Amino acid sequence: MAIEVRIPTILRSYTGGAKAVDATGATLADLIGDLEERHPGLRERLVDDAGLRRFVNVYLNDEDVRFLGGLGTPVADGDTVTVLPAVAGGAR
Amino acid sequence: MLTISRELVDAIVAHAREDHPDEACGVVAGPEGSDRPERFVRMENAERSPTFYRFDSHEQFRVWRDMDDRDEVPVVIYHSHTATEAYPSRTDVSYASEPDAHYVLVSTASEEQQFRSYRILDGVVTEEDVKIVEAYG
Repeated sequence: MAIEVRIPTILRSYTGGAKAVDATGATLADLIGDLEERHPGLRERLVDDAGLRRFVNVYLNDEDVRFLGGLGTPVADGDTVTVLPAVAGGAR
Repeated sequence: MLTISRELVDAIVAHAREDHPDEACGVVAGPEGSDRPERFVRMENAERSPTFYRFDSHEQFRVWRDMDDRDEVPVVIYHSHTATEAYPSRTDVSYASEPDAHYVLVSTASEEQQFRSYRILDGVVTEEDVKIVEAYG
């Protein structure tokens, strides 16, 4: 078993067009490390030195990981991780 | 070019006027690959701000999952500018991350209706024509 990671349209160039890929890890940070090995370039689109990029929402099952433990959030086989681009903007 | 029904244009403009002076935002979903906006979904502006908008992350998750279940995509992503013209700001461009979406901007800064549509890809903004139809053919 593995963890299913759902990939948004804009990042599917890293996954050969796949909408969902498998990865493993004990925490979200581990999982992203594993994703990077399978799909090089993906990590940089998700995290920077400060942690999760603010342009990106990452959900564990149906909860935003910012309300859980961020990159330290534990993940387990059978979980689903969903990545969505944050939708934001404004006049300034 | 964005082809959109008058009913949807009216719904987007009405939402923008209702939330003025805060920015309003939402999406219009449509069948994947159709490029046809059909299902109007107004979203909360989690920032409740006159100069910034952000989809609430939980609401966005539910709406995106619904679209996934229905084989839909966000054909239109709209928001309003309440004191400036309907042109994407630098912030809008830096966040734009749906390569296939039409980014619609409505301005409520004046009485004159401004409803404009853009493609935003890799930081490049391209305005496109908007064709308003009574019904899809």
